[in-house]
Amino acid sequence: MTEPILRVRDLCVSYGKVEALHHLDITVEPGQIVAVIGPNGAGKTTMLSAIMGLLPSSGEIEFQGELQRACEVEHLVAMGMTLVPEKRELFSEMSVEDNLLLGAFQRFHAGERDQGRTMDQVFATFPRLKERRAQLAGTLSGGERQMVAVGRALMAKPKLLMLDEPSLGLAPMVVREIFHIIAGLRGLGVAVLLVEQNARAALQISDHGCVLETGGVVLAGESRALANDPRVVQTYLGLGGARP
Amino acid sequence: MDLQIALLLGQDGVVNGAIYALLALALVLVYAVTRVIFIPQGEFVAYGALTLAAIQAGKTPGTLWLLLGAGVAVALVDAFVALRDSRPRRLARIALWNLALPLAVVGMARWLEPARLPLVAQVAFALAIVVPLGPMLYRLVYQPLAEASVLVLLIVSMAAHLALVGLGLFFFGAEGSRTPPFSDARIELGAVAVNGQTLWVLGASVVLIAALYRFFGRSLYGKALRATALNRVGARLMGISTTMAGKLSFTVAAGIGAFSGILIAPITTVYYDTGFLIGLKGFVAAIIAGLASYPAAAAGAILVGLLEAFSSFWASAFKEVIVFTLIIPVLLFRSLTSRHAEEEE
Ligand SMILES: Nc1ncnc2c1ncn2[C@@H]1O[C@H](COP(=O)(O)OP(=O)(O)O)[C@@H](O)[C@H]1O
Ligand SMILES: [Mg+2]
Repeated sequence: MTEPILRVRDLCVSYGKVEALHHLDITVEPGQIVAVIGPNGAGKTTMLSAIMGLLPSSGEIEFQGELQRACEVEHLVAMGMTLVPEKRELFSEMSVEDNLLLGAFQRFHAGERDQGRTMDQVFATFPRLKERRAQLAGTLSGGERQMVAVGRALMAKPKLLMLDEPSLGLAPMVVREIFHIIAGLRGLGVAVLLVEQNARAALQISDHGCVLETGGVVLAGESRALANDPRVVQTYLGLGGARP
Repeated sequence: MDLQIALLLGQDGVVNGAIYALLALALVLVYAVTRVIFIPQGEFVAYGALTLAAIQAGKTPGTLWLLLGAGVAVALVDAFVALRDSRPRRLARIALWNLALPLAVVGMARWLEPARLPLVAQVAFALAIVVPLGPMLYRLVYQPLAEASVLVLLIVSMAAHLALVGLGLFFFGAEGSRTPPFSDARIELGAVAVNGQTLWVLGASVVLIAALYRFFGRSLYGKALRATALNRVGARLMGISTTMAGKLSFTVAAGIGAFSGILIAPITTVYYDTGFLIGLKGFVAAIIAGLASYPAAAAGAILVGLLEAFSSFWASAFKEVIVFTLIIPVLLFRSLTSRHAEEEE
């Protein structure tokens, strides 16, 4: 039995007096894709930000079996945790290539010099980025920007990749492409924590899923079982739900 | 005014402008990365010049003790944080950079007798004393306030400036210093004689600006600084720590400041408080560029230098007034033409 990549216990986050996450538990095993679905404002982004150390939180965050006390973003990145945030946060006035290179900054800082090879791998995954390598990131289409964001995260050779609504604002065709690539990460040994409103697509490619509502997990289990759970079907996969 | 005088003034203006350009670039860099308006930049100019002068006079520059003291302070603060966060492995690095390195510089000052070394070594030595003060200043003064507003950071900058001027007076006294020129060469260009130091200043500025350009365009650390300036959150997610970026930008700024001081020390007499006016003119140039564009800052600096030179001929009593008044039309123009950029995210 291997230890989980990420184990979060009793995570609480407040914005001022308002508690946005209450006593949240979540676990990601090695090589697993775990999907977190839930409506707007449920606290999904808050959860990822807190795990990444961008927000102060209370509770226990164990990454690769090590308890993270003074959660610093830079330290977590160095340990192999990466977040593709909801807003992408690209360096829009820099080229695609520079954006990707900066994704490997932490490894470069630690003395690794294989950025060229890693970039070739990213280009193999996203051939479109290779064509656009010299273009400024801010001039790309929404889908391409998402590809830069994911590619940049992969440049860090993460052990855990956290994605915040990668399908947000993308055309259905592009969404399918992105999800196909995320599903393929399993082969690379990257564990994925995937936050999505597009429940159908997320549950299709994930092993495990949980439903987050108003700051707490209300349902959790195997993705296949969740996809057939009447409560999920009614709220998230019904006619009102997003289609892949 | 005949052509010869115009050429002489032009030469003066370009030389000063080159220095202002260097300082303006540093100001833009520090502001873009940390949102700090780096008023103490001028003190690094003065410290660079006066430290070199003290070394050449065979005295121990007071900045050496400042380096030791600041190193100890930084080491204590960092050690406290490392122990609090239970990261004892950081202690070795902390001790190396903040205790061992300053001690090594002190040791060299004792045993190498830098007054007898060639100029290059003396310059390197002065830089080794003054430049580390940049990141140390960042660590002690600005890092704890990284989230503060631009206004608070400006007030802190003012305080740091006053403190460093006071220390400068304490270390170097009220009398100024002038160092011998780097070379005695003179070149006759038609009617005008260009002296060696002028060429040194221009050459060194061009080389330094080219080096900075390369640093920001090619090296991953330079790109990381640009990334922090463009998108702080994005940069942190890449593992580019705001602290590291801040220290790096302060190191570059301190290096530019100290080296500028060393360059001008043979041209003008530098006093403990000379840096402020020089830095302020770099600041005018940086303002012309809206604290954002490097080429515009460099161009603005040359403009400030020329304006200063020519106004010193026509209205020497009002030279500073004219230069600083330039800010008003520039600010008016900028506020009328530019959309109101948001101050902070
Ligand atoms: N910066 C903030 N300040 C105050 N409240 C916030 C902030 N960000 C999010 N919230 C609140 O926290 C809750 C969860 O938000 P969020 O994590 O963005 O949800 P989701 O990503 O699931 O849409 C919401 O009620 C939202 O209004
Ligand atoms: Mg969200």
